[in-house]
Amino acid sequence: MTTTLTKPPADEAKRPRRPRSARAGGTLHAGPIAYVILALFTIGSLFPLVWTAIAASRDNQRLAQNPPPLWFGGGLFDKLEIAWNDANLGEAFINTTFVAGVSALTIVILSTIAGFAFAKLRFKGRNALMLIVIGTMMVPPQLSVIPLYMMVAKLDWSDQLQAVILPSLVSAFGVFFMRQYLLQALPDEIIEAARVDGASSWRVIWHVVFPAARPAMAVLGMLMFVQTWNDFLWPFLVLTQNGNPTVQVAVAGLGRGYTPDQSLIMAGALLGTLPLLVVFAIFGKQIVGGIMQGAVKG
Amino acid sequence: MTTGHDTAAASPAKEGGAAPARPSAGPPDDERRRARLSRRWQRDVRWSPYAFVSPFFLLFLAFGLFPLIYTGWASLHQVELTAPTDMHWVGFRNYTRIFDDDFFWNAAKNTLTIGIISTVPQLLMAMGLAHILNYKLRGSTFYRVAMLAPYATSIAAASLVFVLLFGRDYGMINWALNHVGIDNIDWQNDKWPSQIAVSSIVIWRWTGYNALIYLAAMQAIPQDLYESAALDGASRWQQFFHVTLPSLRPTILFTVVVSTIGASQLFGEPLLFDANKGASGGSQHQFQTLGLYLYEQGWVNQHLGRASAIAWTMFLILIVVGIVNYVISRRLRASS
Repeated sequence: MTTTLTKPPADEAKRPRRPRSARAGGTLHAGPIAYVILALFTIGSLFPLVWTAIAASRDNQRLAQNPPPLWFGGGLFDKLEIAWNDANLGEAFINTTFVAGVSALTIVILSTIAGFAFAKLRFKGRNALMLIVIGTMMVPPQLSVIPLYMMVAKLDWSDQLQAVILPSLVSAFGVFFMRQYLLQALPDEIIEAARVDGASSWRVIWHVVFPAARPAMAVLGMLMFVQTWNDFLWPFLVLTQNGNPTVQVAVAGLGRGYTPDQSLIMAGALLGTLPLLVVFAIFGKQIVGGIMQGAVKG
Repeated sequence: MTTGHDTAAASPAKEGGAAPARPSAGPPDDERRRARLSRRWQRDVRWSPYAFVSPFFLLFLAFGLFPLIYTGWASLHQVELTAPTDMHWVGFRNYTRIFDDDFFWNAAKNTLTIGIISTVPQLLMAMGLAHILNYKLRGSTFYRVAMLAPYATSIAAASLVFVLLFGRDYGMINWALNHVGIDNIDWQNDKWPSQIAVSSIVIWRWTGYNALIYLAAMQAIPQDLYESAALDGASRWQQFFHVTLPSLRPTILFTVVVSTIGASQLFGEPLLFDANKGASGGSQHQFQTLGLYLYEQGWVNQHLGRASAIAWTMFLILIVVGIVNYVISRRLRASS
């Protein structure tokens, strides 16, 4: 998109002749039915989130009445405060930010380096190794939890954050994603030029690959942050609500008990989701672009 | 790829020195230094790719492959949760025990039906959505981001909200259904309604994401395919079926594989859908999935060995599914 801006004006004259449909998708304009369907899906996507806030702003008695509340009551901030304190959410936020941050950063760096090797370097066994990377995506991490749990027990790591961080660092998707990006974003000439100047591979990575990969690294970082933030099963197994919880563990703990306070649960769920929704509101366009970019040739 | 080859081929040509710009004539001392540099340079070109890809493989070995294999080993032992390092060899007894357990087969069936209920409508809707998003739209970014909002919502938060929305007496969904003359449905305790409700959480979270993946693939289809189809007099629908769908085949296969794996691992949604019943997946185990059954055996009944046997059975099922998928896709490719 930006490249069209930097092109010389000679191209500018040609452009109107060719519709820019290729980038914008199909050439056909959407009819009113398409807009209606889209509106329905948008409402369907956003309504449960909005309703979480509505339910959190009402008290338990109001939630046990018909019809269900459709608009906000006055208790939202009180409920948020109670949920924050009850569910140990302050600590959970710090923990989760740390876990997701460390994990995303490490994955991004390791994936960029590996993705560069797969995209631009020639070495024996490259294609076979890449196939193995893709193959590992088919092995769900859940099937490995029992030995990991034994390891954690043996090392006495339960309730400790490294128990959550370390297994989350395996990301075949990251390697694949960076490889796809670097294949088209990093011209071979630049690498060769650096080579001719006598740069070592590490220098090439530091001075050529990282700068070229920065946009994709940012997107991958956000995707991985979201994924780790939302991870449920493994943190649920090794962390406890009162020990050293992540946000998901803390929020899940709100739902227990025989007479649960529903509006409090909603307040907790809202708090646990809010940071990511803010990230999506700000960087939504980039994240959408990143997901679509990772999908092509997938 | 070819240029990568050039880099490798270029290295012997520069054997004279790593910094070719410098004047070549020099004392023998300098030449030795340059030879040493060049050797180091060649070593670098040859071995550093392996260094660059090794972290991934080491991490996968430690936290993916080794645990997976060790699960198989543990499945042949009696291991208690309270003493996970104390293992007694029992052969295949864990397997015979779970195959004799009705709840295992119940969980397997539930996983299959919930998998179908959640995956098929999800992918069909995603395809339709992608088709619409592929039109020229005003505010297209807004729709895309809005549809991705559920993906940003965690399983825990989403499940807890849906429990309320699907409430029997005061839930929003029954309230809306009452308006069209449908009596209150017990979304938690009746078998099919509960499975539909659990599936709807999955559908809600993933439809937009899959739509974006399909949209990306649609945008990669060359425009002239449509133009020539239009010249041949194909209607919009015919274009969709004869141009769009065939071009999307690899992407569809990819999403089917990913969704199948996801469906086979379903855990958090059914666990939280009835938080008080927890691992049993409802009062009658009506929405207990294999993932939940594994958790129940391992962490509630404290039989890690048996849980390992469940994990390995799931793994073998996935391999079979993978092979079937592969065969089907090869057939499809051969027929086209």
